Amino acid sequence: MATVELKNVSKSYGTVEVLRDINLELEQGEFVVFVGPSGCGKSTLLRMIAGLEDITGGELRIDGQPMNDVLPAKRGIAMVFQSYALYPHMTVFENMAFGLEQARLNKAEIRERVEKAAKMLQIEAFLDRKPKQLSGGQRQRVAIGRAITCDPRVFLFDEPLSNLDAALRVDTRLEIASLGKRLPDTTMVYVTHDQVEAMTLADRIVVLNGGIVEQVGTPMELYERPASQFVAGFIGSPRMNFLNGTVAAAHGAETYGIRPEHISLSPDAGDWRGRVILTERLGSDTFVHVEVDGVGPVNVRIEGRSEVHANDEVHLTPDPASVHLFDAKGRPIPG
Amino acid sequence: MSKTVQKSRLSRSRTRSAWLFLAPMLLTLAIVAAWPLGRTIWFSFTDASLDLMGEARFVGFRNYLEYVAWGDGEGQYYGLLADARWWRSVWNTILFAVVSVSFETVFGLIIALVLNQQFRGRGLVRAAVLIPWAIPTIVSAKMWAWMLHDQFGIINDMLQTIGLIAEPIAWTASPDTAMVAVLMVDIWKTTPFMALLILAGLQMVPGDIYEAAKLDGVPPWRVFRKITLPLIMPAVLVAVVFRALDALRVFDIVYVLTPNTDATRTMSVFARENLFDYDKFAYGSAASTLLFLVIALITITFIMATRMDLEGKRS
Ligand SMILES: Nc1ncnc2c1ncn2[C@@H]1O[C@H](COP(=O)(O)OP(=O)(O)O)[C@@H](O)[C@H]1O
Ligand SMILES: [Mg+2]
Repeated sequence: MATVELKNVSKSYGTVEVLRDINLELEQGEFVVFVGPSGCGKSTLLRMIAGLEDITGGELRIDGQPMNDVLPAKRGIAMVFQSYALYPHMTVFENMAFGLEQARLNKAEIRERVEKAAKMLQIEAFLDRKPKQLSGGQRQRVAIGRAITCDPRVFLFDEPLSNLDAALRVDTRLEIASLGKRLPDTTMVYVTHDQVEAMTLADRIVVLNGGIVEQVGTPMELYERPASQFVAGFIGSPRMNFLNGTVAAAHGAETYGIRPEHISLSPDAGDWRGRVILTERLGSDTFVHVEVDGVGPVNVRIEGRSEVHANDEVHLTPDPASVHLFDAKGRPIPG
Repeated sequence: MSKTVQKSRLSRSRTRSAWLFLAPMLLTLAIVAAWPLGRTIWFSFTDASLDLMGEARFVGFRNYLEYVAWGDGEGQYYGLLADARWWRSVWNTILFAVVSVSFETVFGLIIALVLNQQFRGRGLVRAAVLIPWAIPTIVSAKMWAWMLHDQFGIINDMLQTIGLIAEPIAWTASPDTAMVAVLMVDIWKTTPFMALLILAGLQMVPGDIYEAAKLDGVPPWRVFRKITLPLIMPAVLVAVVFRALDALRVFDIVYVLTPNTDATRTMSVFARENLFDYDKFAYGSAASTLLFLVIALITITFIMATRMDLEGKRS
């Protein structure tokens, strides 16, 4: 059964429409990621599910109940904010217990729930500290802990990793993924602009762009069968190469798309000939930027080390099975 | 070894420039604050009078307290500490400060909470609220003196029109209402200042925790009690200290609105009367010195009692 259903949901601020006709059904226990460029309306959509923004059109249901006019605290949701939003004057324990006190639970039960969540997130040692005595990662875990104690049906995250440094971001991402596994009945809705987070965390990804849903699907569906040129370019790192002109025209398309990892490079033979502009060596991979004669700049990904250097002449061969073709409106042309 | 020498040389030159930067302010403070204060304290131990300031002689604590024996085993205490008028003005001052600052804090808080909301024309209202504070005290005190006038004042006229009072009240002249009148004008005048300081505190509260509170299902009153109030408390306390310092040395409103009334004479007014009107310069200096001590004592007590965070360590 779907826990969260959105039917033709839209949102306007005055005359400005920021979300249009969103239709989604999120299954119970599913980990869903809303991804899209900054300003596409991801946070707004999440905040409408939370009840922090009014829904100006359409209907929201949670567990079949209409939710448009239900107070946030009565929706069975919990949210982790990008800025953590911890109460600065309360200890970690008080932060986690505050919502439970509103729910009129007795002291013993509050303590039990807080301690259980604290144990799960390994923040038991900090229960008596104030938020400002914690590092960013610890604060983030307190924010997650506060959400867990409410025992929500739906867990909402708004870019929870964006204030963390790179190493911590990976660790916390793994923790959130394992949290999703440990709460199998809780639906997770996670907002990010980072497609890597989306790909690694999601059971299903919702790609938003300019206030509409571009595509909904599993990470591999989006990667292998993008429903638009936008999705093709947004999902996958490094970005898909988009080529126009003769290459595309030869296939009867406006745009010819090929991912860097689907091109092979050889020093002496191949479909395209070009000159290396720049190489980026990451150790595990090498990205080779090639200016291909009559085609334009193409990025190639090679596993491991590569001995090509700037100004070398190279030959490239795209894998014909992995080519994506798009028409002038960015719609895919079946190959 | 050479490293420590270098470091200490660097820190010595830092110390030197720090003193250099501080010097103009220290000098100014010495001239405008320390010197007059020192002189006042000195005069309070002399028999100085306005026309004979140069010939002032040291007389010890006589201006503060002196026991004069009448020879027959009886005697009497003289001096400021035995002066009922002085103690009345101390009481007036403290009453004025406590009542006015309390009302100003409550009203200021309410106004600040309103001004912190989003509504159309908020900028205009914020500016308008400041008007009473922007008018010079002498001007607003005179204005209120006219409005409170027993025969021609608009306040009596309005109260009589709506039938709240039968006879005109001599607001500023009657000892029963003089203090009320002074308090009213001061609260009217200073609430905006309080509101502004508290508003600044309110705007430091991050907005996202109110959203967290919404998700936690906290009712509005509890949000105010448990979240807003604790978070703006430091700002409120600083505002209260500022205002209390001001109120304890209140002079202009009282002097303009209700001159020469026992009911409203404050320590500052008392000191001025003795310094300049009664030609008891030394006695007035003693009053000024005590005024300084009383204000210092109350302020320090308040800061310690509320454990105020003056150095910003905790915020
Ligand atoms: N209170 C508001 N008033 C007007 N426009 C807003 C408001 N909040 C957000 N928007 C607009 O809505 C769009 C979506 O914002 P948001 O959901 O925050 O995007 P993001 O996908 O980056 O989270 C943006 O173009 C933003 O300018
Ligand atoms: Mg956002």
